[in-house]
Amino acid sequence: MQQTRTSERTMKNKTTVERTSDRELVVTRAFNAPAHIVFEAWTKPDLLKRWWAPKSFGVTLFECEQDLRTGGTYRFAFGRDAKNPEVFSGRYIEVTPPSRLVLTQLYERISEVGEAVVTASFKESAGRTHLTLSQLFPSKEALEGALASGMEHGMRVTLDQLDELVDSMR
Amino acid sequence: MNTETLAALGEPNRLRIIELLRAGPRPVNDIRGRLGLRQSQASQHLKVLKDVGLVEIEPRAQQRFYRLRPQPLKQLHKWLDRYRHLWEERFEQLDEIVEELAQKEKSDAADKNK
Repeated sequence: MQQTRTSERTMKNKTTVERTSDRELVVTRAFNAPAHIVFEAWTKPDLLKRWWAPKSFGVTLFECEQDLRTGGTYRFAFGRDAKNPEVFSGRYIEVTPPSRLVLTQLYERISEVGEAVVTASFKESAGRTHLTLSQLFPSKEALEGALASGMEHGMRVTLDQLDELVDSMR
Repeated sequence: MNTETLAALGEPNRLRIIELLRAGPRPVNDIRGRLGLRQSQASQHLKVLKDVGLVEIEPRAQQRFYRLRPQPLKQLHKWLDRYRHLWEERFEQLDEIVEELAQKEKSDAADKNK
């Protein structure tokens, strides 16, 4: 049983997370499908509702309204309680299927922090898609604040460096 | 865990100090010498690391040795890991949908060719 789980894990595409500057976090991941399919899953509300809220965190994406075109707006309401949801809202700066999606993102509960700019780029090669997801915060403090709230995190050191450090301390 | 700890680690020389101390406690002169830092620089960095609880001082004979405190780093690691885990879980759910869409596209294409 343990063996099976381990081999499944090694089959997974690896997710990397890195802080590339004071106010930017970058996540990368590959998918075993062409870019137009990954882009579709990123942009259709009924599909977004099935993946965007991680199940083990106990949260649900309740509402997903969007006007998917340059200048169009969107609103995601999610959380544990539909009556008192967390809300991300913003507008699309660029919508270029199937390769690029750029949008602003405001966390409404702490809107005074300002908008982040999220850029998702989908590069297809040999039938697979490489996603690079960048989140550019309005300030270093905004990134660190988001981090402190538990949603985001950041530092110059990559996770792999930290993995190594922590392993050596066990 | 707090943002001060993150900021403390964001400075390259402080990260080098942390890496050096993984090998064991060292006196300030040794740290300074190995990393090529000026006395004042080394003291300043060590003070920052001590203030956020990443290092502690251990008196030995006439010297003050600096020792790594792994607890904040372990906490930090847990925190960073949670963020990566958030995206990993999203992406696993996304994998299922992507596979489903790809299968559907294949079978639609096969139907067309009939």
